[in-house]
Amino acid sequence: MVESSELVHRIRRDFPILSRLENGKRLVYLDSAATSQRPVQVINAVKHFYEQMNSNVHRGLYEMSEEATQAYEDARSNIASFVGAKPEELVFTRNATEALNLVAYSWGRANVREGDVIVTTEMEHHSNFLPWKLLATEKNAKLEVVRITDEGLLDKGCLEEKLKLGPKIVAITHASNVLGTINDAKAIARKAKDAGAVCVLDGAQSVPHMPVNVKEIGCDFMAFSGHKMLGPMGIGGLYGRYELLEDMPPFLTGGEMIKEVHIGEVNWNDVPYKFEAGTPNVEGAIGLSEAVNYLRNLGMNWVRSHEKELTAYALSLMVNESSVHVYGPLDAEKRGGVISFNIDSVHAHDVAQILDTEGITIRSGHHCAMPIMDRYGIPAAARASFYIYNDKEDVEALIQGIKKVKRVFSVE
Amino acid sequence: MSDDLYRELILDHYRHPSNFGHLKDATGKYRDSNSNCGDVIQMEVRVKDGKIDDVMFTGVGCAVCIASASLLTENVKGKTVERVLEMGEPDVLGLLGLKSITPERGKCAMLPLKVLKMSLLQGQKQA
Repeated sequence: MVESSELVHRIRRDFPILSRLENGKRLVYLDSAATSQRPVQVINAVKHFYEQMNSNVHRGLYEMSEEATQAYEDARSNIASFVGAKPEELVFTRNATEALNLVAYSWGRANVREGDVIVTTEMEHHSNFLPWKLLATEKNAKLEVVRITDEGLLDKGCLEEKLKLGPKIVAITHASNVLGTINDAKAIARKAKDAGAVCVLDGAQSVPHMPVNVKEIGCDFMAFSGHKMLGPMGIGGLYGRYELLEDMPPFLTGGEMIKEVHIGEVNWNDVPYKFEAGTPNVEGAIGLSEAVNYLRNLGMNWVRSHEKELTAYALSLMVNESSVHVYGPLDAEKRGGVISFNIDSVHAHDVAQILDTEGITIRSGHHCAMPIMDRYGIPAAARASFYIYNDKEDVEALIQGIKKVKRVFSVE
Repeated sequence: MSDDLYRELILDHYRHPSNFGHLKDATGKYRDSNSNCGDVIQMEVRVKDGKIDDVMFTGVGCAVCIASASLLTENVKGKTVERVLEMGEPDVLGLLGLKSITPERGKCAMLPLKVLKMSLLQGQKQA
């Protein structure tokens, strides 16, 4: 068994960007919840595609196109198996946002009627909130929002109440991008099923950071983004239960997603191609497949335990820092490696900007989750997030940076 | 550049902003936010004989945004509406004592002027 710190040291060597300087300082990258960095293996896989087999897929009869098609479909199988799905149950999308919109537009429009109930929560990223809000408005359906507790956990009593309304859809995040909270996806999926609802999970912050198996969880849909899990930007996935995907109308229409088009009649293509109109992001899929190999090599259990260790360490230091407020559960067991915080009388922007002068990159703002900001009565928050290439030294740099912010703003 | 951003002028105006509050008999009022960061500024302005008679602001924002609003409200009193409508980024940076600003922080710095102009235009529409 390799020591964690030794392994992280080795991992860091695979990420060329980590050797760049930020404002003349060592780059301390703490914004992986926004987008992760990519290892050289992923960069090379995309480069290899461009240099050796760039051609359109599912079209050409020549060798190179066959190779590209094979590589694209191999990527689909590999990524599907990573989340425990069958290849035909994985639809490639641009990202989790598009995947969630696909479900809302396609399944939602076909199945939600006037007066129906859609359940979502206060801790959602806007991408798992707005599609449902729009759908509810369009269909004259009711959007019911499950509240969160002061600790930043889903209010279970409130969820039970909402489930009693007999919702058509229960759309919940697996892990919060602001509070870090990890929701009990399996229990939620079972309860949603018992209530007769389709369960949609936003896995954007869970699939990159912990073992996720859609069949074990028992959800109907799960969305995730490739760029948050070492893959390229512009590629993501939607897992959908096969029977549901089969019955669903297409989302976007055009090339690839049809079998036959005549002026009078159209036959849609098979699942999942029915949902992949137009030339897909082949190099993205190939890159993401390589990212999945990289994560699989490390083992998702290691990824989770490494991040838990860093989170527990960071939390232990931050709660002892005066004038610093941390949001979300303080128990690393209940949360992922995302820590949102504020410093008394300092705006999150100023926190981020001063940290940047020390080479520390964090996110600041409302994190596309304004209902959470409302819940805690704050306009914005600073957020540090960890991944496989971060270590305790990065956490310590963050704490030193926070001390600098307090000095600049004369905060005790 | 960013260390430069947190000089005493900006920090002072952030901690103790001038003209913070509401205005009686405002002739124009406008509120807007920065979609990315959630900075919110409201300007209340009173125009008399084509000149800014008084202006007050309220809002929540970062040091750059609040200092910009504070310095701007100090600066525009007594100026003609036409002159204020002609102001732009160089004027705001000048008030803040900055030579340049990154595009993201530029939005924070420019929000107060944008809102002030809107409050003036809104006042003109109502007059």
